Amino acid sequence: MQLASTVPVVDAKGLGLTFQTNDGPVHALSNVNLSISKGEFVSFIGPSGCGKTTFLRVIADLEQPTDGTITVNGMSPREARERRAYGYVFQAAALYPWRTIERNVALPLEIMGISRTEQAERVKRTLAMVNLTGFEKKFPWQLSGGMQQRASIARALAFDADLLLMDEPFGALDEIVRDHLNEQLLELWDRTQKTICFVTHSIPEAVYLSTKIVVMSPRPGRVTDVIESTLPKERPLDIRETPEFLAIAARVRDGLRAGHSYED
Amino acid sequence: MTSVRSSLIPILTILAIIIAVWYAGAFYMNAPFQRDLDRRAGVESTFSELVGKTMSQPKPTLPAPHQVAQNVWENTFLRKITSNRSLVYHAWVTLSATLLGFFFGTVLGIAIAVGIVHVTTLDRSLMPWIIASQTIPILALAPMIIVVLAAVGVVGLIPKALISTYLSFFPVAVGMVKGLRSPEIMHLDLMHTYNATQWQTFWKLRVPASVPFLFASMKVAVAASLVGAIVGELPTGAVAGIGAKLLTGAYYSQTIDMFAALVAGSVVAALLVTLVGVAGRMTERAMGARPS
Repeated sequence: MQLASTVPVVDAKGLGLTFQTNDGPVHALSNVNLSISKGEFVSFIGPSGCGKTTFLRVIADLEQPTDGTITVNGMSPREARERRAYGYVFQAAALYPWRTIERNVALPLEIMGISRTEQAERVKRTLAMVNLTGFEKKFPWQLSGGMQQRASIARALAFDADLLLMDEPFGALDEIVRDHLNEQLLELWDRTQKTICFVTHSIPEAVYLSTKIVVMSPRPGRVTDVIESTLPKERPLDIRETPEFLAIAARVRDGLRAGHSYED
Repeated sequence: MTSVRSSLIPILTILAIIIAVWYAGAFYMNAPFQRDLDRRAGVESTFSELVGKTMSQPKPTLPAPHQVAQNVWENTFLRKITSNRSLVYHAWVTLSATLLGFFFGTVLGIAIAVGIVHVTTLDRSLMPWIIASQTIPILALAPMIIVVLAAVGVVGLIPKALISTYLSFFPVAVGMVKGLRSPEIMHLDLMHTYNATQWQTFWKLRVPASVPFLFASMKVAVAASLVGAIVGELPTGAVAGIGAKLLTGAYYSQTIDMFAALVAGSVVAALLVTLVGVAGRMTERAMGARPS
């Protein structure tokens, strides 16, 4: 019997997912073996079609695997979802346009039946965490893209799930905003001790953020390399010019190339 | 201010063209009868005299705009609204059936849409029937509805309102099916990650997302309701209402009265559509829509 704390947050064994389409089967994931421990920051990187988003969606019980097994907090993804084990941040902010920022952040709390006073308290706390205090009464269209995405992160944090699943959350933002949000995200991760799974197709972003980088390649989607980062936990933005950082980035790039991902 | 001016000038231009064509038409349509009258009376009219006479016949083939305007003015503002010659009275009779029918139609349309979106069986079976219902000419159906309901003792406002309902539920049902299905996959996935119930997804996502669709379809529905109420007055031999006014006008060749009733109907329709539009804009503004 393992201790609860040593149960991996995500544990995939021989995981495969095949979509049946009109053009025949598509192997989105094939034989993925991966274990993620509590408190890790794991990036999934690879070209489009490598199954990184699909893997995240399998963890979230938004897709059903066709092969192998996966557990989330030692449970099936479905049970984990029913216990609200994770917060999910999508590629777009996906805020409901008819709700103000505070009401958007309160949405999961309303659904989970949390009392009004507790809702207000949590909304205030999580909005402060993403530096959006003062924007409670604004509607989404009144905020910039970066602020909207921060609001969607606040929404995912509001119900205090230990696992944060992020699907290219900063993909649509410009580089300056993205740098800024990356810094804030690391700070947030440090403060909240959450486990984060982060999908990206930017090598610097993956290396800068992660304790573990999962390199994937397409057709069929599979893991080609898992890199444990040797960077310190304290990461100023200029760490990206250090030789250590560049060495890891080079290994990621090699991993991507080894997957023959850009040949065709 | 500029927007008012920029929309006013094109509208007035079109109005001026319509009135000019209308006057020309009135002369052209009424002149043969007038020449006939003159010949029998042995009167020689100059062209300008002939024009004047064609514009002032008591029962013209096509009444001139000012004749209609005068009739509308007299019967709207100069009569007691309880008089059965008052257009306000007739418009109110039709309007009450329209509003009741519109209310029924909107409720029915929403109920059908909710059923179609949530029950697979209804999704597969109901839509062809709904579309078929709208291919039957209302003019053929209206007398049957009136007669059948009268046979079971339902008379007065309700039968007319039900004909309005028949016409107005359709746009609402179609619009709301589209509206309730309009949320993006991402917004639905979000609800799934929260393990939200179908009921919660309905109230917190599908309903608010469908509001713009609801008001767009209600604009069509309210105009259809008015048509339904007017058509409902035709086969009943109704003594009041815009439809009744049209019918009696036709019996006694009171063409000016008929045109006046048409004008009253259009004014009511324009008011109703505008009201729904304003209500829609206010609702969407309250729901955080970007002001356009």
